[in-house]
Amino acid sequence: MTALDERSRYLRRLIVDALRGGGRGHLGSSMSIVEVLRVLYDTTLLYRPSEPNWEDRDRFVLSKGHGCLALYAVLADKGFFPLEELLGFCRHDSRLGGHPERGKVPGIEASTGALGHGLPIAVGLALAMRMRRRTSRVFVMTGDGEINEGSNWEAAMSASKHKLSNLTLLVDYNKLQSYGPTREVLDLEPLADKWKTFGFAVAEVDGHDIHSLEEVLGGLPLDANRPTAIVCHTVKGKGFPFAEGNPDWHHKSGLTEADLAKMYDCLT
Amino acid sequence: MRKTALDCVHELARQDERVVFVGSDLGPGVLAKMREEFPDRWFMEGVSEQHIVGMAAGLAMEGFIPYVNTIATFLTRRCYEQVAVDLCLHDLPVRLIANGGGGVYAPLGPTHLAIEDIAIMRALPNMTVVAPCDADEMRRLMHATLDWPHPIYIRLAKGGDPVVSESRDVFRLGMSIRLREGRDGLFITTGVMTQTALTAAALLQSDRIEVGVRHVHTIKPLDVERIIEDVATVPAVVTVEEGIVNGGLGSAVLDACSTHATHLLHRISRLGVPDAFPTQYGSQQTMLSHWGLTAEKLAERMRLARRKA
Repeated sequence: MTALDERSRYLRRLIVDALRGGGRGHLGSSMSIVEVLRVLYDTTLLYRPSEPNWEDRDRFVLSKGHGCLALYAVLADKGFFPLEELLGFCRHDSRLGGHPERGKVPGIEASTGALGHGLPIAVGLALAMRMRRRTSRVFVMTGDGEINEGSNWEAAMSASKHKLSNLTLLVDYNKLQSYGPTREVLDLEPLADKWKTFGFAVAEVDGHDIHSLEEVLGGLPLDANRPTAIVCHTVKGKGFPFAEGNPDWHHKSGLTEADLAKMYDCLT
Repeated sequence: MRKTALDCVHELARQDERVVFVGSDLGPGVLAKMREEFPDRWFMEGVSEQHIVGMAAGLAMEGFIPYVNTIATFLTRRCYEQVAVDLCLHDLPVRLIANGGGGVYAPLGPTHLAIEDIAIMRALPNMTVVAPCDADEMRRLMHATLDWPHPIYIRLAKGGDPVVSESRDVFRLGMSIRLREGRDGLFITTGVMTQTALTAAALLQSDRIEVGVRHVHTIKPLDVERIIEDVATVPAVVTVEEGIVNGGLGSAVLDACSTHATHLLHRISRLGVPDAFPTQYGSQQTMLSHWGLTAEKLAERMRLARRKA
């Protein structure tokens, strides 16, 4: 079990602040991806918070849009928008909805929420970078339940056909989808082999281990002629013992003060 | 019309380096010359409409103008969520070139007959829906697509249809064209039904009934002002489309009148495909006869509408 350092606890506190503001949110699905996003934005991606549409930035598409609380927290921390906005999460006039929207929130590349859309879009982005002869890279993160959708596998074949070495897919493999364990709802195994068979260079990593993530993301592309898939082994609800591996915490509404106090307690 | 549309993609690609072609496992040799000239901007992807629409969205996000082509039913039904979210929610300039609108693929059965495409595309915010009446108009339309900032659904009809549009008619997306004058009645039409309506109007003229024809190549955004002006001048209006009546051009005209000119609603009746999947095969022509979309039936419907007026 990977222990969380202060930066990971801090980012989770930002997420709990937003949950408090909105009274609801996809807690489990956000907490599993905090470290992956942290490493992406701390060390991997090129971007300018004050110029979110800077042409030469790397593109990151959060295909599992329901995990947006983690992305909002990281983007706010990096200065894409004020931290206080997190408190308005899901409120009527807020920019920060329950799923992220391009053109509304600085730093969001694609409006996602409907599953299985991010990888096809990312293939288009990666092709565009190549056609424009740009060095920008494209990263896309899907959930594990999300890759039940066939569109991902259509896009995977295309990414492989086009040898998109500038494209990296990150799968948040927390092994728990909305109803229950992925192995029971629709087993994905052997997952790494599936991506290999679809023509990707594949790595597996502990998605909460900062050092391992830095190492694998620092070594991209894994193959100069193939897209990369990184299977991130994660824990749904990571950081909150009562929520970890518990499908009841995939999404929560009607959060009480007691619930929130319990969450903050986990992060001290 | 299809050949013209695709040839135009090649022409546009020569004019503008943003133009990209994306096909979904089309027939051999499609746009071979474009492929030769612009290999980096020509894509033949697999049978994967969900993916190609998403991919086109990604290309458009980076400033390209993708023209996506396959059979109409597959480009609408299979990937409706991708069209709604990836194209319309993002409001991206992707062009969907849909082969075989209406009854074109009659021998192939209901999986290939795009009867509700106009209705479901029209329901999407930010989508523009066009159905040109012949190959000449298709050419004018294609050149107008280059700088339109929204997604466009382009409905193709069968090839080799007679040319009825005129080059002096300025083509502007969203602006309909009056092709025939007449004070005794009005056909409001789209796509190749405009040709049939012109023939019907000629038939009626032999009975000394002067019926006008307004061709609505752009069903969305609808040319509300001109349509209402026209409806106000005649006792009877028949809308005609080679598509399901619920939600198509006729519904769009009724919607416009119910918002802006309720007093005109009773003048309008709709002709099109009934709310049912086709059970016959044959040819486009036999399907059109089955649906009552022939010049004779149109004329008959206009006579009836005038009697009721």
